[in-house]
Amino acid sequence: MHDTPDIADRRDAVCVIGAGASGLAAIKNLREHGFAVDCYERETSVGGAWNWRHDRSPVYAATHLISSRPLAEFPDFPMPDSWPDYPHHSQLLSYLERYAKHFGLADAIWFGTEVVSCVPVGDGRWDVTTQSTGGGSSRVQRYAAVVAANGHNWAPAKPEIPGADTPGALRGTVIHSAQYKDPAQLRNRKVLVIGGGNTGCDLAVEAAQQATTVWHSTRRGYWYAPKYVLGRPADQVNERLRQWRLPLRLRQWLYRRTLALTTGDLTRFGMPAPDHRPYESHPVVNSQLPYYLGHGRIKPVPDVTRYADGKVELADGRRIDPDLVITATGYLPRFEFLDPDLLDSDPDGRPDLHLHAFARKHPTLAVVGLLQPDSGLLPLAHWQSVAVARWLRLRREDPVRAAAVQQKESARPVRSWARRHVPGRRHWFEVDHVDYLKAVDGLLHEMEPAK
Amino acid sequence: MSDRLLRFDDWTSPVPPVEREVVSRLVEGEGDQPPLLFVCGPRHGAWAFAERWLGHAAQRGFPAYALTPRDRGDLRAHVHDVVQVAASLPKQAVLIGHGEGATVVARALGRYPARAAVLAAPAPSRWASFKTNPVGTLPALFAGKWRFNRRQLFSTALPADEADAYLERMSFAPRLTNPKSRATPVGNPPLLVVGSPDDRIVPRKSLDETAARYGGAPLLFPGMGHDLMLDAGWAEPIDAVLDWLTKELSATR
Repeated sequence: MHDTPDIADRRDAVCVIGAGASGLAAIKNLREHGFAVDCYERETSVGGAWNWRHDRSPVYAATHLISSRPLAEFPDFPMPDSWPDYPHHSQLLSYLERYAKHFGLADAIWFGTEVVSCVPVGDGRWDVTTQSTGGGSSRVQRYAAVVAANGHNWAPAKPEIPGADTPGALRGTVIHSAQYKDPAQLRNRKVLVIGGGNTGCDLAVEAAQQATTVWHSTRRGYWYAPKYVLGRPADQVNERLRQWRLPLRLRQWLYRRTLALTTGDLTRFGMPAPDHRPYESHPVVNSQLPYYLGHGRIKPVPDVTRYADGKVELADGRRIDPDLVITATGYLPRFEFLDPDLLDSDPDGRPDLHLHAFARKHPTLAVVGLLQPDSGLLPLAHWQSVAVARWLRLRREDPVRAAAVQQKESARPVRSWARRHVPGRRHWFEVDHVDYLKAVDGLLHEMEPAK
Repeated sequence: MSDRLLRFDDWTSPVPPVEREVVSRLVEGEGDQPPLLFVCGPRHGAWAFAERWLGHAAQRGFPAYALTPRDRGDLRAHVHDVVQVAASLPKQAVLIGHGEGATVVARALGRYPARAAVLAAPAPSRWASFKTNPVGTLPALFAGKWRFNRRQLFSTALPADEADAYLERMSFAPRLTNPKSRATPVGNPPLLVVGSPDDRIVPRKSLDETAARYGGAPLLFPGMGHDLMLDAGWAEPIDAVLDWLTKELSATR
């Protein structure tokens, strides 16, 4: 099957999979630590999920960041301070393109090439099989380490709704939010949006501006945070509470008070009450949702139980007849190029990694960017990749100390940095960014070069 | 807890943006050399580098930029501006700070992975400046203005009328607070300290100390005053810096 039977040995080089935000940070930081890097990118340009030209990109026309600029930028390459508090997705793409150009990353990236498999060959090295995207001849190369930065927002998680596969059970069309790109898709139609996460709320708001009727189906209640409180981006106000080290209970109380005094209780519009405390699930940030609820443009409805007789049946027995159903039910991480055992994945495909980054049994395998933080992902992906680069360097230069660090780290309580999360299939990799960065900082300190 | 990862200052109260003055002398076509960003202290402006050094660097193939410090900025705001401008350049930049600008650059190196860095006549601690310049520094110790005269900034080789014309263009701002804690440069850039043993603002001892902190010795230009970029003989230090840079850049990374 291989065109070239001999395996090209890339010696100390590291293989990075994906040239999105996390992959670019990985290339830059690995190079900064003295590693040669080969990065494989299935698309023909950088930006990953943030590049709307990519067929796997989940962004839609009106996607804006939900974290404000200082909490969303790479810590060593700030976004222009003339940009708005919450930049548009096209600005984020131009930011990533400038990052790649500034640090000269393009010459490490093999575009239009996907990784088919990564197989450990003993001694910590890996045989990486690549091929042109969508087929073509394959090639095997041997690397000292593999860093997967393939993103986790491209494989749609679709809800299992009875009747979805039965022809005629539903009159309207069903799409996943990944297929939603343009408001024209909503114009003058009756739209049902399923999902109460950030995307679901964004789409409900967009539908409220375009569609004739909007139903918004949410299974559980969330805390919907506004983008601004007290005259500042809400996350910056929240960071102040973290800086002052206010205890969680007090922060939860303040959160409830602030929300009660501003947005008010959303259950009066028919939204379900949150079944958890603030800060216990991924923040949903949307200032416009309460506005359109209050104007009656968005009609909250309960869970969808099935599609039948051309209509949608709801948990309260009501039936509605949308032209378009959009399931904003998130995405699933997928690592088709790795045997699930390598990442200690559970049967549902969720990897079990130290700090959500380091494979437990394979010291030269790491994943960058597999997090859902309560801040922007880029700062965390940056520090993750710094930690990975430091770790690989320590392992190469001082194997004895590396072994000691590994032993100490493996004794660290697994979930010490995880947020107290709401159970649910998409909440498992949520982290509290402050606790998480503290844990990464601890690891970096242990790996500091001996003085 | 270190503020390296947890940047609450930036997360809670970002530095307010201002219009920044950046003067540049560019090179025709897309060269291989990294851009240079010159940073001065609040007393000078980008003009001080535009006089001589920018054009000279550009002639030698380095696109050269200089930033005028914002009015009434504190150290944090100046560092913010330097990192903002550096990140806006097309390629990874070399940061070159002079005087109090070197204090700013040393701080910015903890934030931005510069390609290389040069600290020229880096500002000494308050106590060291008091010893060398008691009359000028005394008001500064009480948050007043820090004063210099012509002979402290320039050597006698520079004609007095030229020196006075430069002094005329300077603004005598309060000194920046020089923090006790130092920032470890990110990305481990090569770093050079340059100065003059005859500088009447930065004592030789202070130069040695600064260079030693980064594990080196200062490159010295005897006979020159504090303002290396304006004084007579300005070409010598910039040529030495560019030679050093060329050598460092050709070394494998």
